[in-house]
Amino acid sequence: MIVPIGWYLILAAALFSIGLVGVLVRRNIIIMFMCIELMLNSVNLTLVAFSRMHGNLDGQVLSFFVIVVAAAEVTVGLALIVNLFKLRGTTDADSVDALRA
Amino acid sequence: MTTLAFVGEYGVPDPGSPAALAWLIPVVPAVSAALLIIFGKRLGNLAGPVAVAVAGFAAIVSTLVFAQLLGLPEEQRALVTTVATWLEVGPFAVDWALLIDPLSAVMLLLVTWVGLLIHIYSLGYMHGDSRYPRFFAYLNLFLAAMLILVLGESFLTMFVGWELVGLASYLLIGFWFEKPAYASAAKKAFIVNRVGDVGFMIAMFAIYTSLGSLAFSDTLPQAGALTTGTAAAVGLLLLVAAAGKSAQIPLYVWLPDAMAGPTPVSALIHAATMVTAGVYLVARVSPIYATVPEVGLVVAWVGAATALLAALIACTQNDLKKILAYSTVSQLGYMFIAVGLGAQVAGIFHLLTHGFFKALLFLAAGSVMHALADNTDVWKMGGLRKAMPITFGTSLVAWLAIAGLPPFSGFFSKEEVLVAALDTPGAFGIWVVGTLVAGLTAFYMSRWFFLIFLGKPRYETELPEVHPHESPPTMTVPLVILAVGAALGGLLNVRPASLVTFWDPEPGFLEGWLEPSVLAFAGDAPYIAHGPAVFLVLVTGLVGIGAAYALYLRPAPEPEMVRERLGGFYTLARDRFYVDELYATTIERPGHLLADGFAAFDRVVIDGAVNGLGTLTTGLAGVGRRLQTGFVRSYALAVAGGTVLLAVIFLGGAFLTGQG
Repeated sequence: MIVPIGWYLILAAALFSIGLVGVLVRRNIIIMFMCIELMLNSVNLTLVAFSRMHGNLDGQVLSFFVIVVAAAEVTVGLALIVNLFKLRGTTDADSVDALRA
Repeated sequence: MTTLAFVGEYGVPDPGSPAALAWLIPVVPAVSAALLIIFGKRLGNLAGPVAVAVAGFAAIVSTLVFAQLLGLPEEQRALVTTVATWLEVGPFAVDWALLIDPLSAVMLLLVTWVGLLIHIYSLGYMHGDSRYPRFFAYLNLFLAAMLILVLGESFLTMFVGWELVGLASYLLIGFWFEKPAYASAAKKAFIVNRVGDVGFMIAMFAIYTSLGSLAFSDTLPQAGALTTGTAAAVGLLLLVAAAGKSAQIPLYVWLPDAMAGPTPVSALIHAATMVTAGVYLVARVSPIYATVPEVGLVVAWVGAATALLAALIACTQNDLKKILAYSTVSQLGYMFIAVGLGAQVAGIFHLLTHGFFKALLFLAAGSVMHALADNTDVWKMGGLRKAMPITFGTSLVAWLAIAGLPPFSGFFSKEEVLVAALDTPGAFGIWVVGTLVAGLTAFYMSRWFFLIFLGKPRYETELPEVHPHESPPTMTVPLVILAVGAALGGLLNVRPASLVTFWDPEPGFLEGWLEPSVLAFAGDAPYIAHGPAVFLVLVTGLVGIGAAYALYLRPAPEPEMVRERLGGFYTLARDRFYVDELYATTIERPGHLLADGFAAFDRVVIDGAVNGLGTLTTGLAGVGRRLQTGFVRSYALAVAGGTVLLAVIFLGGAFLTGQG
């Protein structure tokens, strides 16, 4: 049975929205970080789905690039979070507002 | 009408001859001045001898240059030494070039030798001053500047020297700048001189526009090519310049205040050399004045008016240096009379003799001040003859020279100036004024001399704490040498037989010497009325001395009597005819008001615009800064919202136009 493309897109949109809302409403930086990963992976899902639909491998290749970039981003991001925790003793995003005008 | 051609051509000196090395004359003092400013403190008391050695070097080289010119045939005595190209802009080119001709050679000798004597004198006079090395650095700077002025081969190089002597004069007048009055005297001198400098600059522009060059060797031979209007304008503008530097009406007001400087400075700069720069300028450009004799007459009248005004003021002053300062202004007036009437030789002759006797008078005044703890009021002196025999003896010579008694130098030069006025048609009034001033000169100088050296020693009661003594040899030796010059300087241009017969067709040495570089005097028939004129000047001179004797020496000084007789006029002269006050109300006050207006404009309009822009920016930023909350999540919301907005715009737009 072939699942129509629409289902993939709906799932991806749902995942993306959950991730976006998570980034916007949660104050814990680790949770926000996980939500960003969720958003990235929802994009990967659309890429793979379209790739499959068109019978073209470009989308799958691109999704690997996204995974690699996300991995690099995770290392940097986690390192930042660890250091921030050591400095402030919290992972509350709203407590980090030194740039407020 | 005079001929405009020069005798001879401008040549180039032989390599290796003194004239080819003449650039050393200004350069060595300039380098020495720079080194003394940098290393002066380390040299300490050695700075003086170093500066003296440099002045001596300049004097010796100048003498060699003079000797070289003397050895050349008359028509080859104008040498141009080009050292380097200074400016080259299209067709406009100015070289660092020196003009060595009889006129500049004579000035060289005066400047370097009188300069050397005053350097030596300063060794004693400035001894113990806290800025002793600095003083000698400035003196050397002045020497270098004056020599550039004298040697410059173009209007522009001369102008460089012209400005530098102004700078040196400013630095030296304000040498004791701790006293605010002295510092402001220096500023006054500098600013008044600037007025003249503007005249010089505009004259240069006019000359370059008309003749396409600024070099003397190019412009002066073709002075006849100037239109009458241009020549008149240039003549009047150069008169403004000369009046500024040489302290003539209406720009003479700085010179009396310039006496704030140390006395050797007054002698060197404000009596013997720098103030004669204006006379030198007029003599140098005499071909231009020759094309417009009317402008020359204006120059002469300015000189006559200045001579009279300054002489009247000098009669009423009580400060021994101020009297000499007004006397200098008055004597410069004589030189202007001469050069204005085209009698360049008489003007330069008086410049030289005045250089001797006035430098001597100032140095003698310095010697007196040295002995009396820097007191300058002549009424507190008197009877210094015994305490200071050398100063007294040399002052006696200078007094007789400036009073115009034969056989001292002033007699001959002043005589030539007045004869030039007598022989020029339409200048009879100048002659009358000049003769009158000769009497006044004898009067005020006798007053000066009597009150300081003769009569009762008033200082014993007025200044009980001082004990006058003769100055050290470094000061008295220059006095004696200058006294020889003041006594015998007249021989420079005397016609040997004229001492007996009043008439000798052979020109004196100076006249023959200067003939190639300045135009010959174009008077009617020179020296026709020589005899009576000599007697008249002698009579007025003797009357002046007699009047001073009666008033100030016998039986006792009676200044009150004169004051009562003359009443208001005396007060007028004593208060310097209120010229300073007139300038204060007519120029200084409007200037202040204008400056206040500009200051208000600056505060309100300019500062207002700038500050307004600043306020506007901070106001806008105050609104904009609220966007920066510092909360990461609000930024993320803004990014997400923006993305949605863009998506709505583009997708919605595409949907509406039916391309979706």
